[in-house]
Amino acid sequence: MSTTDLPGPSRPTDRRGGTPEEAASASYRTEKEAEAPSYRTEKPSGTTVRAARRRRPPSTPLNPRPSIPLTLVTGLVLVYSLLPLVWLVINSTKDQRDLLDSFGLWFGRSMNLFDNISRTLAYDDGAFVRWLLNTLLYVVVGGGGATVLAVLGGYALAKYRFPGRRAVFAVVLGAVAIPGTALAVPTFLMFSEMGLTNTPWAVIIPSLISPFGLYLMWVFAAESVPDELLEAARIDGSGELRTFFRIALPLLMPGTVTVLLFSMVATWNNYFLPLIMIKDPEWFPLTLGLNAWNAQAQTAGGEAVFDLIVTGSLLTIIPIVVVFLLLQRYWQSGLSAGSVKE
Amino acid sequence: MTLLPTSVRAASPPPAPTPRSRRRLRRQSLAGWGFLGPFVAVFALVFLAPIGYALYLSVFKDKLIGGTSFVGLENYTQALTDPRFWEGVGRVGLFLAVQVPVMLGIALLVALAVDSGRLYGKAFFRISVFLPYAVPAVVASLMWGFIYGTRFGLVGNINDAFGITLPDPLSPSLVLASIGNIVTWEFVGYNMLIFYSALKVVPRSLYEAAALDGAGEWRIVTSVKLPAIRGALVIATIFSIIGSFQLFNEPSILQKLAPNAITTDFVPNLYTYSLSFSGQQHNYAATVAIVMGVITAIVAYTVQLRGMRKG
Amino acid sequence: MTTTRRSRRIAAAAAAVCALALTATACGSSDTSTGASPGDVKSALEKGGTVKVWAWEPTLKKAAADFRKKYPKVKIELVNAGTGDKQYTALQNAASAGSGGPDVAQIEYYALGQFTIGKTVTDLAPYGASQHDKAFTKGPWTAVAKDKSVFAMPMDSGPMALFYNKRVFDKHKIAIPTTWDEYVEAARTLHKADPKLFITNDTGDAGATTSLIWQAGGRPYKTENTDVKIGFEQDAGTKKYTATWQKLLDEKLVAPITSWSDEWYKGLSDGSIATLAIGAWMPANFTTGAASAAGDWRAAPLPQWTKGSKDSAENGGSSLAVPKDAKNKELAYAFIEYATTGAGASARVAEGAFPATTADLDSAKFQETKFPYFGGQQANKIFAESARNVGTGWSYLPYQAYANSVFNDTVGKAYVTATPLAQGLAAWQQASVKYGNEQGFSVNK
Repeated sequence: MSTTDLPGPSRPTDRRGGTPEEAASASYRTEKEAEAPSYRTEKPSGTTVRAARRRRPPSTPLNPRPSIPLTLVTGLVLVYSLLPLVWLVINSTKDQRDLLDSFGLWFGRSMNLFDNISRTLAYDDGAFVRWLLNTLLYVVVGGGGATVLAVLGGYALAKYRFPGRRAVFAVVLGAVAIPGTALAVPTFLMFSEMGLTNTPWAVIIPSLISPFGLYLMWVFAAESVPDELLEAARIDGSGELRTFFRIALPLLMPGTVTVLLFSMVATWNNYFLPLIMIKDPEWFPLTLGLNAWNAQAQTAGGEAVFDLIVTGSLLTIIPIVVVFLLLQRYWQSGLSAGSVKE
Repeated sequence: MTLLPTSVRAASPPPAPTPRSRRRLRRQSLAGWGFLGPFVAVFALVFLAPIGYALYLSVFKDKLIGGTSFVGLENYTQALTDPRFWEGVGRVGLFLAVQVPVMLGIALLVALAVDSGRLYGKAFFRISVFLPYAVPAVVASLMWGFIYGTRFGLVGNINDAFGITLPDPLSPSLVLASIGNIVTWEFVGYNMLIFYSALKVVPRSLYEAAALDGAGEWRIVTSVKLPAIRGALVIATIFSIIGSFQLFNEPSILQKLAPNAITTDFVPNLYTYSLSFSGQQHNYAATVAIVMGVITAIVAYTVQLRGMRKG
Repeated sequence: MTTTRRSRRIAAAAAAVCALALTATACGSSDTSTGASPGDVKSALEKGGTVKVWAWEPTLKKAAADFRKKYPKVKIELVNAGTGDKQYTALQNAASAGSGGPDVAQIEYYALGQFTIGKTVTDLAPYGASQHDKAFTKGPWTAVAKDKSVFAMPMDSGPMALFYNKRVFDKHKIAIPTTWDEYVEAARTLHKADPKLFITNDTGDAGATTSLIWQAGGRPYKTENTDVKIGFEQDAGTKKYTATWQKLLDEKLVAPITSWSDEWYKGLSDGSIATLAIGAWMPANFTTGAASAAGDWRAAPLPQWTKGSKDSAENGGSSLAVPKDAKNKELAYAFIEYATTGAGASARVAEGAFPATTADLDSAKFQETKFPYFGGQQANKIFAESARNVGTGWSYLPYQAYANSVFNDTVGKAYVTATPLAQGLAAWQQASVKYGNEQGFSVNK
């Protein structure tokens, strides 16, 4: 993976800055732009600003230049973050035997990645594929639904005055503080009473709530949807729903994508709740399925399939990483507006 | 500054003009609850109802022999004097005091480094540090279980290669730190991105003014950038505190590897889980969870108040 | 989003809460006695239906397939709902909820007590289970049958044996220990010869500890209805066990590796864990989990506490039970009977299960099976002999699953601190007494 493969705000300048001369001339251009008084309003993204800062020869706070010592020091955090993932990639190329007796951070005697992948997909009558599809269902319906609810709720909290408004977030935050593990049994008993256990709904319904998403959308809507616009629409006789879809929703898009990403990751990694709610492997998400394979090695007569677990883990991570890479542009702009602004 | 209460204030629409104010308010009220309703309904179903049920459970006692009986507040007195519970609370307290500052500190430093524009391969840094957040806990435990292994794991490999004996990361004295390491690994990138995004929107004019006054890079960090992202710092701290008090996945999964170091009452959440799932003591487990929730809410609220006051 | 839809959701939520309040007090009261008879089982089979089975034991797949062939009208839904503790939790939860549970559940012998005492499993005697009392070996049958009731059918068993890595023993010219004293001696020799080698691994395992105490003649648990006695201090077998095991711990002769971890499988593969005293179901796990050590390992009789004796004990093993809320109990029993006796049981043994049925244990085909993994050894002969010598009169606590869950909280101290093993067991006993009394039993009173 190289820097230029990554989408994101810095990409255009990374492409551009090939030789020092090019870089210098590029920054010269942006420097001039930056000196224009109207700069902030014309280029609100801030992308070019830092690109310009980056390429300027003498490093000052305003015109920084890449520094090798700083890169090395920060590189330690990078190594820390990536090392376990490197382990995962290396070990997914090993067969069971190499996995158990070769050095963990280097390749084994043979290269089995593709064999491992095909066996992972085929094992147990293709259970992995089934779990992958289940996970996708949970992510799309659960994560997507969570986004819809958070967007609507956040918009309401930011743009309407109604009784109970202030209490809502306090209650949400207070409820989040109660440990989920202990609420699992009451929730299970309730869902069981409603006939929801062992159905996809048992996973989807709880996934629909994203307190952090609500918070983010609240702040985001407050910042990005001007009251004047809504007022104008109302004066034109537009109904509230129509105003929301026509005026507010387009403005809320970056925040929406952010919340979508966070709730998708949360649903993708959801483990504890399905563990309690779903007993039928037919409806397992990937995390539960992998754990079941892991537990299999711990039972009398069970087949140990560490190689498939490691490969399966890698396959589980890949889709979510791809989504990150594809959407990180939106998701950062969403977060920026959402988290803090003067 | 957009930490919650401020943003609420900032977000409040301007006062309605008096003539139509009654009708407007009703319309606002209706539409507001209309938009918020779906969230609140589902929230009531998956949070409030179980909490209500847990409250109900907490005043009963269910025995294997003898069935269910009403016991009033007995479970609460038991929880408040339960040394196993308080030991766990102490442990998460320690964890919180050490791990949260370390994690947020690293996240902040990386965010500042990435934001300073002085890194080679900035985009690569950003995504790589964030990646661990995408790794499911089950998978993360597998990887760290390997790394922590003193015999066949990475620690063991290092011991063999250099002929040294590193302390066992899963021994009772170190296991809390090892768990802290995993949590840090998982969430540094997540927090880093929140900080980084906050830094991104700090107006350039502020830097320019400071730079003109002759402030150095570090000076700009401390007097311009950090104050500007205080809201993000406080909200990240609050969510980290809630996360620490609810610590469960990592100790629960590592317990398989270090059963003697991670006891069933290691952290309060694991304790409630064991009470409920191994001991069938649902009533007492519900009580402990409620007490823990109250403690968490108090601490989180205090931090929020303190964070706000300084701003 | 319309108002009606929203209010319906709120109403549904409210209804759910009310329903909960009602069931919370009502659960646990359904009765388990039925007017069932073996004849009903037959007619149920003719009528057909679906049996949902929660089990993780792999050979049940074969039994389910064969059963379906024999009775095409019956559908067997085999579901792995989690192993051990996870499944028991799910069963208890389903029992509290009164629905959502299976028709048949796999329950290990040690955990069966909590289900029989809470009446969450059905007495199978009226369905004809008692007629099979002679078909099973003693250990498993006494674990499932009490007085005139039969709460489950034995599915497999785990008479103990000593598995040892012959390559390691040969290399260091160590004789296979026949007593536990020799075992300690072998541990010393081995570890001295190569500090990377350990006689075995142990980080505190309730199942292993209780099994070895059982073998040593200890009987620390006594249960009479709700009167429970727990006595580790005065128990002679426990003393024998702690005296020997304390030596292994003090001299750091056991590897601090937790069983069933991938590190453990590594140790079994490379020989650094040289022996395992464990149930006879272990070969299947060896074959897949430590494949690279094929040919290195052999089975031997369990070392003895007294030279020349032949005592053994059970370690692990499961039964199949019918939860109280099962929908079609007759059909459920029909499947259990098929899978645990006669041809169904034999077919599972052929697939690798270790039998609890005497007919299978004694069969020539079983005894003469050569294990390629054990270098062609006829290991079943050793296991069958062990099954015959399992000590009688052992019983677990009626809440052993809980007790085992706190084993490492208490006895675990002996593994990571200077706390003596005996003191750890005393703490374990104390925790078990406290819990039992809280749960309404009369323990050590």
